[in-house]
Amino acid sequence: MSRAVESDLVERLLDGEHRALARAITKIESQSPGYRDIVSELHAHTGDASVVGITGSPGAGKSTLVDKLAKHYRDQGETVGVIAVDPSSPYTGGAVLGDRIRMASNVGDMDVFFRSMSARGQLGGLSTATADAVKALDAFGKDRIIIETVGAGQNEVDVVKTADTVVVLVQPGSGDDVQMLKAGILEIGDVFVVNKADMEGASRTVAELQEMIHLRDDPRANLDTGHHGAAAFDDAGHGHDGHGGHADTGDTADTETDDSADDPPVWTPQVLETVATTGEGIDELVETLDDHRDYLDASGELAEKARKRAGEEIRQLLRSDVNRLLEAELDRRGGVEEFAEAVVEKETDPYAVAEDVLEPLRECLDDRDD
Amino acid sequence: MSADSEQRTIRCLIAKVGLDGHDRGAHVISRAFRDAGFEVIYSGLHRAPDEIIQATVQEDVDVLGISILSGAHNTLVPKVMAGLEEYGALDDTLVIVGGIIPEEDRPALFEEGVDAIFGPGTPMQETIDFVKEHAPERP
Ligand code: B12
Ligand SMILES: Nc1nc2c(ncn2[C@@H]2O[C@H](COP(=O)(O)OP(=O)(O)O)[C@@H](O)[C@H]2O)c(=O)[nH]1
Ligand SMILES: [Mg+2]
Repeated sequence: MSRAVESDLVERLLDGEHRALARAITKIESQSPGYRDIVSELHAHTGDASVVGITGSPGAGKSTLVDKLAKHYRDQGETVGVIAVDPSSPYTGGAVLGDRIRMASNVGDMDVFFRSMSARGQLGGLSTATADAVKALDAFGKDRIIIETVGAGQNEVDVVKTADTVVVLVQPGSGDDVQMLKAGILEIGDVFVVNKADMEGASRTVAELQEMIHLRDDPRANLDTGHHGAAAFDDAGHGHDGHGGHADTGDTADTETDDSADDPPVWTPQVLETVATTGEGIDELVETLDDHRDYLDASGELAEKARKRAGEEIRQLLRSDVNRLLEAELDRRGGVEEFAEAVVEKETDPYAVAEDVLEPLRECLDDRDD
Repeated sequence: MSADSEQRTIRCLIAKVGLDGHDRGAHVISRAFRDAGFEVIYSGLHRAPDEIIQATVQEDVDVLGISILSGAHNTLVPKVMAGLEEYGALDDTLVIVGGIIPEEDRPALFEEGVDAIFGPGTPMQETIDFVKEHAPERP
């Protein structure tokens, strides 16, 4: 695989060739030789897209909602990229990826680029693959990028955190969803959506969510500390009219322009209702997403998030690279089994082996005098 | 885990085109392909040729499997093939067709670029072996 092939692919991608974009994502997903050069070259062309992550339990209506969101953005004249990650598939072996079935509103529209991804072979690396695929879409020129993933565990949380704005989707009266929220999903949500609002129990679920968010954001809610800046926002945010309250997020942006330097804008997570099948509530959702984007901009959090993500990417890459170096070194020395045997036989111990294998690397780094 | 995964996964799109509502065969094939270790994207029913083209191009599948039992293969398949050509996806996608395709219609479909046709009664293993053997090498 020559570097020229990668450059050609990148060039065609930047030229707007759909097939090149598709192939770049394939290389990223399968981490085939040369994929790093591709991502490296793409990096300089990224940063213009707004990235929304949508998570929730299976069947909550994520894919249906993504389809409607994509339609909305298309109607506004924007181009859309979707990465639908289905991590429920086993790490090895086959999978049926079902998210694409819900794509019905953008028939044959090439300006909605939809890509299904499995968890294949990338234990822990799924978020890296997703982030890189998002970069490809971004560099291609997509205005809006949506990541769909099942909210199930740490792996999925990492995936959705590659987005700027995280939407958590729940369905009315679902015990599963409450469990999911307790398992760390509540913390990452910027916008909460009770989908299937046409079904019974929706308003109760909205109320429950608001309660949970309130506790989340202000653990001392009942202690009344007299610290009013954020609390005031809180009340305006979701106290009374329940859902669809973006007026207050408008305020959020205003606060920023109002000079109050030591009173930075605050985001209070919104709870909205949608019926994804009919498109009801999509307008409000889009507005809220835009509000959140404005908030990220105004508060400086967008830049902060980007820095954090970059730091995390660097660490993740280094971890996997060093890991690979050490695996190769282990193999060169006869493989881990041989060492393991020696450890069991009490000829050596795990610490001594690790030290021994790591030694050349450590020496090499220590000897550098720069 | 080790990063540069050597073992490659075959990606397939199983597509139902047109007004054809017979989806049992497509489901049977999807499951069999999954069990064979393939990654399968199922299009769902009643897809227009444009949607199949869009999905094939974007998902960068190695294999496009079209299931047709409605008798409309002579008009629908050429449309799909032309679209794949337009987006530069024809050469490196294995296109197979299944369903009710009369013997006399097959030469014309092969002419269009269809790589194989599997009717009712084809042993599943035969289909799977064919795919494994002919799935295109990706540069
Ligand atoms: C069951 C059936 C129905 C069911 C379908 C239920 C469903 N959800 O699928 C119902 C009752 C709804 C139905 C309705 C109709 N049907 Co009907 N139906 C059949 C029947 C009896 C069996 C089809 C079936 O499910 N077979 C079992 C599956 C597993 O086999 P398969 O689909 O052939 O798939 C195998 C292979 O073909 C191949 N394969 C299929 N797809 C793919 C894809 C790939 C990629 C690969 C590799 C292989 C592959 O592998 C599969 C496993 O071996 C056939 C007759 C027959 N013997 O085929 C008629 C038949 C298909 N129906 C027919 C007709 C005309 C109709 C109707 C128009 C009206 C009618 N006369 O009943 C409606 C139309 C419905 C619609 N909207 O399209 C005709 C079609 C004639 C034609 N093509 O010229 C047939 C052939 C009957 C006949 N001899 O007239 N039908
Ligand atoms: N009643 C109702 N059904 C919905 C709604 N949104 C989605 N669904 C249905 O819920 C099922 C699962 O939807 P899907 O989008 O695949 O969910 P996902 O697994 O979260 O991606 C489908 O049958 C949808 O038609 C909704 O707002 N109301
Ligand atoms: Mg889905």
